[in-house]
Amino acid sequence: MAAPSTPSESTSAAVTRTPCTAATRTPTVAVLALQGAFAEHKTKLARLGCNTLELRQASDLQQPFDALVLPGGESTVQAKLLRELGMIEVLRARIAAGLPVLGTCAGLILLAEHVISASDGRRCEPLPTSALAPARVSTSAPARTSAPGDVTTVEGFNTLPITVLRNGYGRQLGSFAAHAPLADTTEPETTHTHDIPLVFIRAPRITSLSPGVEPLIEFDGEPVAVRFGNQIGCTFHPELTDDDTIYRLLLNSI
Amino acid sequence: MTTTTTSEPTTSPADRQALNRQLAQMLKGGVIMDVTTPDQAKIAEEAGACAVMALERIPADIRAAGGVSRMSDPAMIKGIQEAVTIPVMAKCRIGHFAEAQILQAIEIDYIDESEVLSPADDTYHIDKTAFAVPFVCGARNLGEALRRIQEGATMIRTKGEPGTGDVVQAVRHMRMMNAEIARVANMRADELFEEAKRLQVPYDLLKQVHESGRLPVVNFAAGGIATPADAALMMQLGAEGVFVGSGIFKSGNPARRAAAIVKAVTNYADAEMLASLSENLGEAMVGINADEIELIMEARGQ
Repeated sequence: MAAPSTPSESTSAAVTRTPCTAATRTPTVAVLALQGAFAEHKTKLARLGCNTLELRQASDLQQPFDALVLPGGESTVQAKLLRELGMIEVLRARIAAGLPVLGTCAGLILLAEHVISASDGRRCEPLPTSALAPARVSTSAPARTSAPGDVTTVEGFNTLPITVLRNGYGRQLGSFAAHAPLADTTEPETTHTHDIPLVFIRAPRITSLSPGVEPLIEFDGEPVAVRFGNQIGCTFHPELTDDDTIYRLLLNSI
Repeated sequence: MTTTTTSEPTTSPADRQALNRQLAQMLKGGVIMDVTTPDQAKIAEEAGACAVMALERIPADIRAAGGVSRMSDPAMIKGIQEAVTIPVMAKCRIGHFAEAQILQAIEIDYIDESEVLSPADDTYHIDKTAFAVPFVCGARNLGEALRRIQEGATMIRTKGEPGTGDVVQAVRHMRMMNAEIARVANMRADELFEEAKRLQVPYDLLKQVHESGRLPVVNFAAGGIATPADAALMMQLGAEGVFVGSGIFKSGNPARRAAAIVKAVTNYADAEMLASLSENLGEAMVGINADEIELIMEARGQ
């Protein structure tokens, strides 16, 4: 398990307190605002007491920020704009250097080291649990895997050693909502035993994890939220529900 | 407390409505492009479209060809679904619920019950609450928007005047919508009953607008958008994203123009970037002034 930056003061206090005021100063969280549901993330973060900042072009990266949120939307669009607006290398370097980052849905795809884009129409069968075997740990420059039927590549940050299948539940008719609890091992000091609402919109699926990647939430035997050091990724949309658990995990790591 | 870890969650109609509104939220800040072939769909996806609208003829050609225009051939739509990984939308005629059933059967991601096609029913729109797939509908004002939402639409777009390359109607509709929303938001609560009657909309939806100061669903601009500047104009007027119909594939360099419009939507308030995006895009679609045309599509479906 990646060590969460648990403050020496008890974490249970952080649950009852607003996380942003628990820090010595108000943290600033940057939200990638190229396309997608970034406004919803900003609203959530503001409600948790954070300053927020929109990243729309390279010059926005000069402003200081303590954490980064990569929102849902279309990963093809976001990856293209990150490259063409000259933002991807700077952000990749900051993530690699330990900037706390949360990627949701498309944002998770941007973080993932390996992305499979099955042609959208083909509904994918659930993967057997054995498919969640550890993948090769890559330490050198990341290379994308390309599967047969790959129709579109998404060149993102490649910093999170997992494999993600885009549109893993099929088209919009396969979108659904569910609940699942946080894994027991995530924050043993706290009493995070409630069910977390999970909204999956044309969601990706995590098909393999490298060693060191910690599953945070599992649904139907598959990880739907993971953590790897400073990076948290989830296939669902915490910005669309009232639950703050995922945000607290991010803010606690600042 | 129950721990739900079953693989087949049942989705109630209310949950389905919520999921469909949420898909529209994921499209925000993006450009949805009309395409007629798998090749065009790929060009659109590579240029940064957040979704494509599959149709047999783009509105400018529908306008030129005249006659009755209908839902596209499902085989052609499926070809486009196979070609791209982004959401694929398709149009059905206003009131033509059988066309909508067919589009749902091929698992379209969004149906546009569209005034661009010939209306199939001059009184009734489709009962969109009876469908699992989401619907987007055009609206010229708050009344039309809330009636469509009551019928089950989970996304709204301005009607504009399709196939003209003339943005004036989209501007008029967006300004009208914004002005009406602002007026409703500023009303006393006891005035809403009369306003609901005047606008011919359900009181509950009007109350939501009053309380939130916005439509209950995502609102895009559509109709006549042909340049990065047009897209930026609509975003500055409060659109949450844009549809570009004839404007891209009726222009001299579709790939370049499409990519420029995508960036213009992201950085709609940065005039310097808009200036460089607008350079050397080749011929814009020739267009036709909205007041020079005989067929007024925006009046369809009120």
